[in-house]
Amino acid sequence: MVSKSQDCSIWLGSETGILKGVSLTKKQAFNFCEMSSLSRDQEVCVLTWGDPQESEVLVGCANGTVKTFSTEKGIFTESRECADHLQGKFTGLAVTDSALITCVESGLLKVWKEGSTDTVEINAGSGVCRMRQNKSQRSRVATGGKENPLKVWDLDRPDKPIFTAKNVKNDWLDLRVPIWVKDMAFIPDSDKIVTCTGHHQVRLYDPCTPQRRPVLEVEFGEYPLTALALAASQDSVVVGNTQGQLAVLDLRKGLVRGCLKGLAGGVRGLECHPTLPLVASCGLDRFLRVHSLDDRKLQHKVYLKSRLNCVLLSSSSLEYGGEDLSGDVEEVKQERDSEEDEVWDAMETVTEKTKRHANEEPEVGNTEAEAKKKRKVAKK
Amino acid sequence: MDSTATAEENMDYGEESEEKTFKKKKDKGKKAAKVKKSQEQTMKKEETEPSSVDAAPSTAFPPTFSVSEIKNKQRRHLMFMKLKQEKRKLRLEIRKKRKKEREALGDKAPPKEVPKTIENQRIYDETTVIPEDEEVAFDEGTDEFSAYFNRLTNPKVLITTSDRPKTRTIQFCDQLATVIPDAHVYYRRGLALKRIVPQCVSRGFTYLMVINEDRKVPNGMVLCHLPDGPTAHFKISNVRLRKEMKRRGKEPTEHSPEVILNNFTTRLGHSIGRLFAALFPHDPQFVGRQVATFHNQRDFIFFRFHRYIFKNEKKVGIQELGPRFTLKLRSLQKGTFDSKFGEYEWVHKRHEMDTSRRKFHL
Repeated sequence: MVSKSQDCSIWLGSETGILKGVSLTKKQAFNFCEMSSLSRDQEVCVLTWGDPQESEVLVGCANGTVKTFSTEKGIFTESRECADHLQGKFTGLAVTDSALITCVESGLLKVWKEGSTDTVEINAGSGVCRMRQNKSQRSRVATGGKENPLKVWDLDRPDKPIFTAKNVKNDWLDLRVPIWVKDMAFIPDSDKIVTCTGHHQVRLYDPCTPQRRPVLEVEFGEYPLTALALAASQDSVVVGNTQGQLAVLDLRKGLVRGCLKGLAGGVRGLECHPTLPLVASCGLDRFLRVHSLDDRKLQHKVYLKSRLNCVLLSSSSLEYGGEDLSGDVEEVKQERDSEEDEVWDAMETVTEKTKRHANEEPEVGNTEAEAKKKRKVAKK
Repeated sequence: MDSTATAEENMDYGEESEEKTFKKKKDKGKKAAKVKKSQEQTMKKEETEPSSVDAAPSTAFPPTFSVSEIKNKQRRHLMFMKLKQEKRKLRLEIRKKRKKEREALGDKAPPKEVPKTIENQRIYDETTVIPEDEEVAFDEGTDEFSAYFNRLTNPKVLITTSDRPKTRTIQFCDQLATVIPDAHVYYRRGLALKRIVPQCVSRGFTYLMVINEDRKVPNGMVLCHLPDGPTAHFKISNVRLRKEMKRRGKEPTEHSPEVILNNFTTRLGHSIGRLFAALFPHDPQFVGRQVATFHNQRDFIFFRFHRYIFKNEKKVGIQELGPRFTLKLRSLQKGTFDSKFGEYEWVHKRHEMDTSRRKFHL
């Protein structure tokens, strides 16, 4: 169990309540739960890393418990009640240095400080579809949902949102445009936020400017967008819809860069690798798919038997990674990787040289005496 | 016999070509020398042709030669026919030889090779359900159909059509209602499906079946399991109503039929199979001796409705009652009918999915 969980580089939560780990190196998938105690109300709604070293996975279940899974030990170490299941499923889960942030569908956002029992509660409004944390400023979170516009909260000042989006102008029939924020992401190193909606729009908000309306709006397809992920190269975003269409959109001009093919069912979870040009998607078709963002080809496809709700990637390289668990080891690992690369490069040049020799030498031999050539042939 | 017939054809063809050449000569008139030359040429050709026919079986062409390199169309055709004939001869010879060998070996003969078909060359689908799989068993045990399979609900089906159906679709619906027990046919009255669904739920229906028609022919079916999905969308083709069938039996009785589901092997196939199974009551009434079959072959689902009889201990007679039709899955959507905002579990994408003829999804 221990080695299994350490090999895994992709974590997935399923509708049947199973936490799944996938190791792409070994091409294996593992279930981390007891098959005897399965139940639908343990459905995994959200997944997040419990600490920056990525040794803990926090699993938000539909019945309101947040379980802590240790990737080192390969077992669930902790479980706590964080929400009432009457208030709906989890829509977001995040950690700051000393607190756990949970958000449920009813809009109740709670900050659970470590060591103290009292919680900070924020009411983000009903019908929340997603809560996301700003990775660079970890006390800031964004919420949004059905008829619930995008709001950015500073958890140190929980009374009022620091940014509330304004709905776009009425359409050409002068009708109000409905709001339905399905997913959002903070663009690192800037205050900008990108959202996707159930009415197939992707919007870019910039809280720095006085304008509260989106600074960019893109439409993709004609089905509700369900998930969104920022690519490692910051000017593009990957969105997925209910029919399993994945597209890479350019955030500078709002153009479709290309579509990622191969999905059969609606997308539920989408995540890009923080450094590599890879995107992992999962959804109702029970497959985990890893696409390359460079050539938009399908790299890996794993059948995981249950409908999948969410996906979590480790920051190490997926192919070799998994063994590295703490930051130090990771660095070492990276160095080793680069060394390996060097070795490979060196090998390639050598083989090229030999090939060239093999091709050239007979020609040289033609000009010279034939005996030499024969000798060489014999040598070969 | 076949080979000789083709040979004769070839001969005919040769003669025709000769005639044509003669005609040309007549047109050309008095240029005798040229005519002679051409005649000589044709003669030569005639000489070479039979010789090649004789020589053909032994040495036909050099190995790199292909018929398509011949520039003369008639000649190319001729050579092609010859090539074909040769191949056929060879094949027959091999077959004869094999048969002889088999006869000579008698009982010791090796088992006959299984012919290659698209089905048995099927690309392995990793979602194929293994019966021992706990996770899939749990997933299926707790899905939307579990209430039916745990015998908590009895099926009750509402059949309706697209707006303003024509005779054929109406008849088709009526006949479907005789196949499925406890089915009620309603006139659509221009109602929106999303508004029908809650009404059906409140009246205890477990299925909503909508037959769509195009140009007076039923061409689509939406099958929505209630109260909470899933919804499947099928294409219907080759509908044959009862009166169009030959040697059909008498009208079906009201007994609930047995259901046969064939070849639903993958995870998606299982879901679809369960969808069909839950249309019919739990316990078939064997007195009725009626069977409804959903047979999946190459992703097409064939529906047949039969009555059987045991003639003696070995023989069984079947009699088709109709209607018959073919279904093809277009999409499977989670939840009740919502084509705009619903989440799709599986959508058939032709250009992405149909890359191989040997890849099947059900």
